Amino acid sequence: MTTLTIDTSQLRKTYGTRTAVRDLTLQVGRGEAFGFLGPNGAGKSTSIKMLLGLVKPTGGTALLLGQPVGTREVRTRIGFLPEHFRFYDWLSASELIAFHGRLCGLAEDKLRRKIPELLERVGLGTQNNKPIRSFSKGMMQRVGLAQAIVNDPEILFLDEPTSGLDPAGRKLVREVIAEQCSRGTTVFLNSHLLGEVEQSCDRVAFIRDGRIIAMYEMGAWQSAQTEVEIRVGHVSSAAIEQLKGFTQDVRLVGQVLQLRLVKVEDLPDIVRRLVEAGADVFSVVPQRVSLEDLFLQMMGPDPGL
Amino acid sequence: MRENAIDVRLPAGAPKLPASDQPVIGRATKESSAFVLSRGPGALRTTLLMARVTFREAARRKILWIAMLAGVAFLALFSTALHFVLKHEARHTSTVDFREGMIMMTMMVLYAGSMMTSLMAVLTSCDTLSGEIASGTIHAIATKPVQRWCLVLGKWVGFMGMLTLYVLLIEGGSIMISWLESGYRPPHGLAVLSLIWLQALVLLGVTMTASTSFSSLTSGAVSLGLYGVAFVGGWIEQFGSLQHVKACINLGILSSLIMPSDALWRRAAFKFQPPLLGTVGVTPFSGTLVPSNAMVVYAAFYALLVMLLAQFLFSRRDL
Repeated sequence: MTTLTIDTSQLRKTYGTRTAVRDLTLQVGRGEAFGFLGPNGAGKSTSIKMLLGLVKPTGGTALLLGQPVGTREVRTRIGFLPEHFRFYDWLSASELIAFHGRLCGLAEDKLRRKIPELLERVGLGTQNNKPIRSFSKGMMQRVGLAQAIVNDPEILFLDEPTSGLDPAGRKLVREVIAEQCSRGTTVFLNSHLLGEVEQSCDRVAFIRDGRIIAMYEMGAWQSAQTEVEIRVGHVSSAAIEQLKGFTQDVRLVGQVLQLRLVKVEDLPDIVRRLVEAGADVFSVVPQRVSLEDLFLQMMGPDPGL
Repeated sequence: MRENAIDVRLPAGAPKLPASDQPVIGRATKESSAFVLSRGPGALRTTLLMARVTFREAARRKILWIAMLAGVAFLALFSTALHFVLKHEARHTSTVDFREGMIMMTMMVLYAGSMMTSLMAVLTSCDTLSGEIASGTIHAIATKPVQRWCLVLGKWVGFMGMLTLYVLLIEGGSIMISWLESGYRPPHGLAVLSLIWLQALVLLGVTMTASTSFSSLTSGAVSLGLYGVAFVGGWIEQFGSLQHVKACINLGILSSLIMPSDALWRRAAFKFQPPLLGTVGVTPFSGTLVPSNAMVVYAAFYALLVMLLAQFLFSRRDL
């Protein structure tokens, strides 16, 4: 049975007269990797902080694992990697994980077993006794990831986990996300690196001006709106007119017809019409719309934030 | 599929939201989790964890050791000076003058020590909450299953431990050196130490309270500003007492109520001296007008209250 691990309704946060989050309504299921996307200042950080219980919502409801956000019971079962993870840099990596494990209430014997495993997992097995102040940004991020999963969380919040990481580090984060999801953990991922989100997430939500403006299952936007390039010869303007019945968005550039389709199922019909109208069809190539294309299209012109 | 109450644009047939026909809370409680659950640490464990990490931070960052080293230098200087003074005075002054001079000298050293302790209380703690809030360090901690007030209490306990060691070293050391070299044993040595220790705790609590809402520098400025108010208030009170100006005495008492740090010092100075001494004019060491026991009790409540206030404010605020 799929269950909801995150369930919010009309969650809102205002600071004085400024509204940071207008309306956050979303549901995320167990084992899902959920991408949370939006431009700077859209309300992403405040949204995450409300879900984590760091910021008190002004209105609306939010349940994590069926319980109100921010309770100790809920916090026992979540993990969090903050953006720009910082910590007492005079601790060594293993001391830091131990400290966070103890804050989670883990027993000492379990911690002793767990710490080397975790450090090994994030690729810091040999650096366990070095003070964190000697770590690079990427290494800090890895320690941060290890502390976020020290309690085997049921929901893992990752705020920009791959910023500052090299390609190997990014791959590691993707693997950890996949591992966590496969053991049933919900991963809530906030990232600007859309390529990473595209590779890791099952579903994405777009937030702008403090409200969710769209949600897509990964890749679903491709079938929702497909761009197709058809290489044709001898195409008449009458034939092109006929295509307007399927979509208004038709352009002929040289010998290539560019169409934007809402229903990809129309494609065979379109080809048939073209052939019947006397056109030669050489190739039909659906164009891939990347998450970045979709993001830019959703968010409109760059406000320069 | 659950309905979204807002204008979420869902493409036809695209996102399949997890479906279920049971109420959310019922589902979550019924479900047997495959996860190894742990309960969050208790209040005591959290407090001790934070106390330990705070104390260790001071040690690892060398704050503690440098402060202690400065303290040892301070004591060495005092001990050497006292040695020469005693050698000189034994030859040239009467027994009474000799004792009085020696007590005055020790008191000056105790006063310097109390100022150093107060500064130490403010400077070490002004960055602890505000700095961690500003850097985001607190986010990974406060999202753990701990009560926020325990985080503040733990830090307070850690600093208290450090200040206790510091008071014992500087002030206890001064009293001890004075005793060993001159043979003068203050009638209430432990009370003197306790009062100076309480003074440090008052400042610690005020700084931590300010640190929940203001930046590190502002928090330090708030505490030191209040310390200054108390200092001036103490002088005003003593002048008022000497000149019999009631308004000045009341002003002094009011300043002690706003910040009882100076009152505690004056009580400590009084406790250090033999009963007959202590009326040698208006100095920070004289007991022209000695703060009452009630003021000490007030200061203890004050220290407790500001500590609780810091916990309350930190628990309520957005991080």
